[in-house]
Amino acid sequence: MAKECCCGGVRLIYACSGASDVGKLADSAARELANSNCGKMTCLAAVGAHLSGFVESAKGATENITIDGCSVACARKILDHIGVNSKSYVLTDMGYKKGETPVTKKTVDEIVKKISSEPAKNSKKSDKRNNSCC
Amino acid sequence: MKIEILGTGCPKCKKLTELAEKAVKDTGISAEISKVDKINDIMNYGVMITPALVIDGKVKVSGRIPSEEEIKNWIKK
Repeated sequence: MAKECCCGGVRLIYACSGASDVGKLADSAARELANSNCGKMTCLAAVGAHLSGFVESAKGATENITIDGCSVACARKILDHIGVNSKSYVLTDMGYKKGETPVTKKTVDEIVKKISSEPAKNSKKSDKRNNSCC
Repeated sequence: MKIEILGTGCPKCKKLTELAEKAVKDTGISAEISKVDKINDIMNYGVMITPALVIDGKVKVSGRIPSEEEIKNWIKK
């Protein structure tokens, strides 16, 4: 976990970290993006548990990025539930098949590269922002 | 009531402290205001962005300075 103090422009990254291969890939990609200073990875489970520090941090972030393994989109929906819009990336929408995708460094790097360059889908249709992650 | 200001001492954290002190004074509510400036203590609250304001253990805001009215509303509840 990391912390920003008054610097503005804080981007938080959440992964669904689901049980499937694409869930694990979402987790690994989020960690790699955080390591690349694309943003700060934080705990989706804590937001789901309504822990106030995590919820208020999501509300205070300049941008929240969710990476979901599949179209169930748990990460995006958890942020939706607390009224926070996110830039949403869903790996199955990006061509990765659930149950058929090997969890390798090569695949993780490929996902990170795609996320860094592909536009995200915003969780709320009214939000017209459509920039790539990094 | 226990009010904690989370931050490492930047101007925004100081401003939030001033606002909290004024809100407590204006409302006349008995409250203890303290500063939390150690990173590990701040992270124990799950706060990723400072300044943050905690009232009786609950994080009310993170990453922005709330208005004085907001703070007053929180401490009146």
